[in-house]
Amino acid sequence: MSAEATVPEVKPNYLTADHGLKSWLLTLDHKRIGLLYLLGVSFFFLLGGIFAMLIRLELLTPAGDMVQPDTYNRLFTMHGVMMIFFFLIPAIPGILGNFLIPIQIGAKDLAFPKLNLLSWYLFMAGGLATFGAIVTGGLDTGWTFYTPYSSTFSTTAVIPVGLGIFVNGFSGILTGLNFMVTIHRMRAPGMTWFRLPLFVWSHYATSLIQVLGTPVLAITLVLLVLERAFHIGVFDPTRGGDPVLFQHLFWFYSHPAVYIMILPSMAVISELIAAFSRKRIFGYHFVAFSSIAIAVLGFLVWGHHLFVSSQSVYAGTVFSLLTMLVAIPSAVKVFNWSFTLYQGAVSLHTPMLYALGFIGLFMIGGLTGVFLGTLGFDVHVHDTYFVVAHFHYVMVGGTIMGYLGGLHFWWPKITGRMYSEFWSRMSALLVFVGFNLTFFPQFLLGYMGMPRRYHAYPEEWQVLNVLSTAGASVLALGFLLPVAYFFWSLKFGAVAGRNPWGARGLEWETDSPPPTLNFDQAPVVDHEAYNYADDAATPGMKPLSAH
Amino acid sequence: MSTAHPAALAHQFESLEQQKESATLGMWLFLAQEILFFGGLFMAYLLYRWRDPQAFAAGSHELDITLGLINTVILIASSLTMALAVHSAQLSRTKALVRWLVATGVLGTAFLVIKYFEYSAKWEHHLVPGPGFHFPEAAIGGRAEIFFSLYFAMTGMHALHMVVGLGLLGWLLVPAMKGKFNAEYHNPIECFGLYWHFVDIVWIFLFPLLYLIGRHYHGAT
Repeated sequence: MSAEATVPEVKPNYLTADHGLKSWLLTLDHKRIGLLYLLGVSFFFLLGGIFAMLIRLELLTPAGDMVQPDTYNRLFTMHGVMMIFFFLIPAIPGILGNFLIPIQIGAKDLAFPKLNLLSWYLFMAGGLATFGAIVTGGLDTGWTFYTPYSSTFSTTAVIPVGLGIFVNGFSGILTGLNFMVTIHRMRAPGMTWFRLPLFVWSHYATSLIQVLGTPVLAITLVLLVLERAFHIGVFDPTRGGDPVLFQHLFWFYSHPAVYIMILPSMAVISELIAAFSRKRIFGYHFVAFSSIAIAVLGFLVWGHHLFVSSQSVYAGTVFSLLTMLVAIPSAVKVFNWSFTLYQGAVSLHTPMLYALGFIGLFMIGGLTGVFLGTLGFDVHVHDTYFVVAHFHYVMVGGTIMGYLGGLHFWWPKITGRMYSEFWSRMSALLVFVGFNLTFFPQFLLGYMGMPRRYHAYPEEWQVLNVLSTAGASVLALGFLLPVAYFFWSLKFGAVAGRNPWGARGLEWETDSPPPTLNFDQAPVVDHEAYNYADDAATPGMKPLSAH
Repeated sequence: MSTAHPAALAHQFESLEQQKESATLGMWLFLAQEILFFGGLFMAYLLYRWRDPQAFAAGSHELDITLGLINTVILIASSLTMALAVHSAQLSRTKALVRWLVATGVLGTAFLVIKYFEYSAKWEHHLVPGPGFHFPEAAIGGRAEIFFSLYFAMTGMHALHMVVGLGLLGWLLVPAMKGKFNAEYHNPIECFGLYWHFVDIVWIFLFPLLYLIGRHYHGAT
């Protein structure tokens, strides 16, 4: 086609190529589907956040004076269910993975665009079914659905929520499948496996867990629903069943699921550290394979959730040792990121603030994970706030820091606009301070013996609980602030241009926002990822503080 | 877009070959997912069989081995007709393709009909888990209930996969009759064949585990 004849005054991009509600709800464009996920994920995050604030408000005072114990059980359950299944698991793959993977490998779209759209609908259907269950009475089993309470005794909406999570599980499975096929078969000419950005490697590892782990949760939920509806006895000791089998099957998925949450965040962090240090990631191959190692080892450690559930001491010891092995690939990543920073041209733009925050918080979360993997120590702090603090350091300190960092990094690519550098730095600061204020006291509370999932506690623990609630308020502010300046940027933000950060990667070589088929000309790759050392090709960093 | 674009080629792919490789890989990954899905059930079966082998042998004894065997033969035959359907598609033989697909569908339906009669016999003999469960041998009694729970869960989940398979088969039959599949483009038939064989293989495991193992030991005691 001839260039002069077809280029209109304003070049259409994926946002302007088509108009109307239908063009969004039936879109097959991975970038638009990414934005659909942004919409859904944000809504479920808001719900989960509201539950979290209600929990923290109840715990402001030692007496259980704000809500009834029953209500409190529903609050922490719905907080966990919403945050884990409908925010942490789908957030980064659904939004950033969808948007970026095809562009980063130089493809026009994912391998199966219709399947991708179906994934979003399954996600929304599962989420809304769960939301419906909240409105009609909620769920009080904890997000872990332990039998026999969930199967026999709870009077709340186990079946609707179980089915909601089942349906949502298939969204994750199909997304993972789509990513894996895309990464295998859709790479641009010259884009070899070891030229892939680490974002892609880490998403590949995530997809592996989603495809192989999620179906086990699915069948477990099916059995739970059958048990509850027809009393088939699989988890009922009075009929020869074993409730602990549920725990094994549940954690066979749900422990790897924490790597479904953290690996995509690590995917983002590798990109941010390289871009804002102006260096190739130190030990690229090690970082790539550490993602795969985390995915594989993650399947072998579920027993550390059952140290006090009638598991033999021998099995417990084996699981304890296997658990510690996960620390090795995790540490490989942290050390390699640190070495990437060393003697790099580090600049502290907002995404980098989140990345540095991630490293600090993930280290605390990861190392306390080694504590908890230690059989003896875990028995001491089992079911206390120490555990709660640990997994929030990994999930919030890890996943959300990566998610926000990634959203800030690629926002100019997604929307074509820059947000306020000042306010975004403020929000990064608020999130970091608020997060630590919320969850560090919980380590202390847990070590002193405060059990999780109670709505009241002895008076001597009030000071730390007040600190935690204050921190949660700061954190909430840190989460709300980006909503304001992101919306602001859509209308008033400076036009970003193709590559506002001077970063490397195919996504920065196309327009912001990209055209529907991602590239005007099919890319051919002839260099490694993160080729910051080729000075001639490195565009200068624009001063961004002016905005 | 100067190059010729075959009608069957989706916009995101560069070539029919790439499209075919992607579809096949996707199907294999889906089947890997299915193995893990059924794996949970097999895990439960292993655990409970290990705990109470007597009850499982007694439960096996109550299953109808003749109907089970007929169904096994039917499914293996349907795998053959499915393989012949794929073969016909690869040779662009539209009529043969339609014929083998219909044969596969008939066999699949026959399997489900026989399964229906098996289930209804279990219902009449009070072997469906729940308040009405009553096992004929007093020495085993309620201990056999978990065997039948697993029997219904596993064969039920398998039957559900058969129903989905038949639905997909009907959905593929229309383009097959219109001659849409040929030597150049027949991914859907091939991928559906993979799915159909997988569902058959699940039954190949279910049949010995549920019907065969231990039943003669039980008869001897």
